[in-house]
Amino acid sequence: MKIMTAIKRVPDYNLRVRPLPDQLQVDLRNVKMSINPFCEIAVEEAVRIKERGIASEVIAVSIGEDACKEQIRVALAIGADRGIFVKTNAEIQPLASAKILYALYRQEQPDLVILGKQSIDGDNNQTGQMLAGLAGLPQGTFASAVTFAEGAVTVTREVDVGLETIKLTLPAVITADLRLNTPRYLTLPNIMRARKKEMTTIALDSLNVDVTPKIELLGVASPTQRQPCTFVNDAVELVDKLTNEARVL
Amino acid sequence: MATLIIADCENNQLAPTTGSVISAAQEIGGDIDLFVSGHDTNDIVSNAQSIAGVRKVWVAEGEEYAHPLAESLTPLVVNLAPQYTHILASASTFGKNLLPRIAAVLDMAVVSDVCKIIAPHVYERYCYAGNILATVKNHSAIQVLTIRTTAFSHAEKKAPSSASTESISSDSINEQSRFMGIETHQSDRPDLTIANTVIAGGRGLGSKENFSIIETLAHKLNAAIGASRAAVDAGYAPNDWQVGQTGKVVAPKLYIAIGISGAIQHTAGMKDSQVIVAINKDADAPIFQAADYGLVADLFKVLPQFIELLAAR
Ligand SMILES: Cc1cc2nc3c(=O)[nH]c(=O)nc-3n(C[C@H](O)[C@H](O)[C@H](O)COP(=O)(O)OP(=O)(O)OC[C@H]3O[C@@H](n4cnc5c(N)ncnc54)[C@H](O)[C@@H]3O)c2cc1C
Ligand SMILES: Nc1ncnc2c1ncn2[C@@H]1O[C@H](COP(=O)(O)O)[C@@H](O)[C@H]1O
Repeated sequence: MKIMTAIKRVPDYNLRVRPLPDQLQVDLRNVKMSINPFCEIAVEEAVRIKERGIASEVIAVSIGEDACKEQIRVALAIGADRGIFVKTNAEIQPLASAKILYALYRQEQPDLVILGKQSIDGDNNQTGQMLAGLAGLPQGTFASAVTFAEGAVTVTREVDVGLETIKLTLPAVITADLRLNTPRYLTLPNIMRARKKEMTTIALDSLNVDVTPKIELLGVASPTQRQPCTFVNDAVELVDKLTNEARVL
Repeated sequence: MATLIIADCENNQLAPTTGSVISAAQEIGGDIDLFVSGHDTNDIVSNAQSIAGVRKVWVAEGEEYAHPLAESLTPLVVNLAPQYTHILASASTFGKNLLPRIAAVLDMAVVSDVCKIIAPHVYERYCYAGNILATVKNHSAIQVLTIRTTAFSHAEKKAPSSASTESISSDSINEQSRFMGIETHQSDRPDLTIANTVIAGGRGLGSKENFSIIETLAHKLNAAIGASRAAVDAGYAPNDWQVGQTGKVVAPKLYIAIGISGAIQHTAGMKDSQVIVAINKDADAPIFQAADYGLVADLFKVLPQFIELLAAR
């Protein structure tokens, strides 16, 4: 079995980003960038499936500017076998990402595509479902467990009412949720080994997909700030404030 | 203009947040139709028909719709889509799973988690874990949106059964995906996404046994229970209690965060609550920056007293 994973370069999850003074764009100058946490989980899962002897190859794809190669190297250090870097400086929205991944899907013919459930910059939660729609594949979104038997994959999904289990025929698209696994620490030998792994660069134009953004960003703002916190000394004072001042009890 | 709302019919009933999606559609303007699906849809349909403002209810009835599989529902909605300018669903796991798939087949973009309608093509939504409020204009011919239901009133107005109904089916049979089972956490607590009060516990509770004090407090206040990711990861609470960037978004009148540090990924899911209370033994915990009232104390010391005071009222 061949697995394709998709990884996105995003601001590190510990950061609080802010609007630029013109309030038209987010300030990403000098911001530390990392692999999207959900994508890291996606790659880890693919590598574990390979380590269990179920898959034979894991490919890591990233779409974006040159620096995305750093995140592909992370995926290779986790254990992916080779990288595909789709180079573009254009803004790529989820529908465009899905179309690009669909083009690569047709070229590579993987049996499984694993994406993150959500990118933590745009918080879109769309690309995996869109890819499945374009390719006419079944989808197992928000996965917290994945098992294989007889040409099918069983996916446990984190849904609003609990944990749902569905069974999908292969090939299929899966999107990783937080509790699917805990990604391994990168060791120096694995980081060194990753440098020697194959990484192909593909020019976006060569894929012949329409990536024109359909969503226009008109402006960005910081959410409204709350009044500073009022500290109370004990439970008695808390009940008093909530009853008589906030009137919520 | 006409809006099609894909109703979340999990558990064979209309989700309590359906009213919020209707409110959003009313702000957009134009006719509003509802799409419902299920195995035995009688109750769902009569409920849907009696919501004021609904023109028509499309009904997909059959065993294959007992659970909302995206592969089964997509062809049905895609067939209806050309009649509409807007397709909406709640930004629940149901809506987020389904709408992007439908949109891709239609070659349309999706705006996720809309929290304000500025104009019929212009919306506000949060991104970057709630740190950025973005205003976006969607240039797609059909506007596909998931709605952050806490940002819209869910109070439905009832009307005498006026909406018409029409059954729909599809020639394509879904042989790709099959529902195997669901593990739900039975609870007599109010629904987290519409509750007036939410009591949330974090890693500070220390164990699953200790977490029961959150349940006791929730019981006293007729509140829903929430949890941080760390509490869910540690097994103190089920996954469907997780509040945050990647869990549920809540905006109750009162949110009490107990033993929660207040990471941005958590506050992204609760910062629009009306009144926020934080109880934490660390005075520097970032949760106090999000809170209206703070109590710096050991939760195991103050909670029993808090519960006693509430009982004595
Ligand atoms: C991609 C991504 C997505 C995420 N999504 C979410 C999400 O949706 N929701 C979410 O919640 N988190 C999410 N997280 C995790 C988040 O970053 C934090 O790790 C998490 O919220 C921490 O949970 P916590 O506050 O319970 O634990 P901690 O940060 O460990 O805080 C525990 C707190 O309890 C206090 N405490 C301990 N003992 C006591 C006591 N006896 N009395 C009083 N106070 C006490 C401590 O002072 C501390 O502040 C996400 C993280 C990532 C990377
Ligand atoms: N530019 C990109 N390059 C590679 N993968 C991406 C890109 N954008 C989105 N993805 C994948 O799609 C997932 C969901 O992203 P989103 O729909 O933006 O929330 C991510 O976790 C990635 O797996």
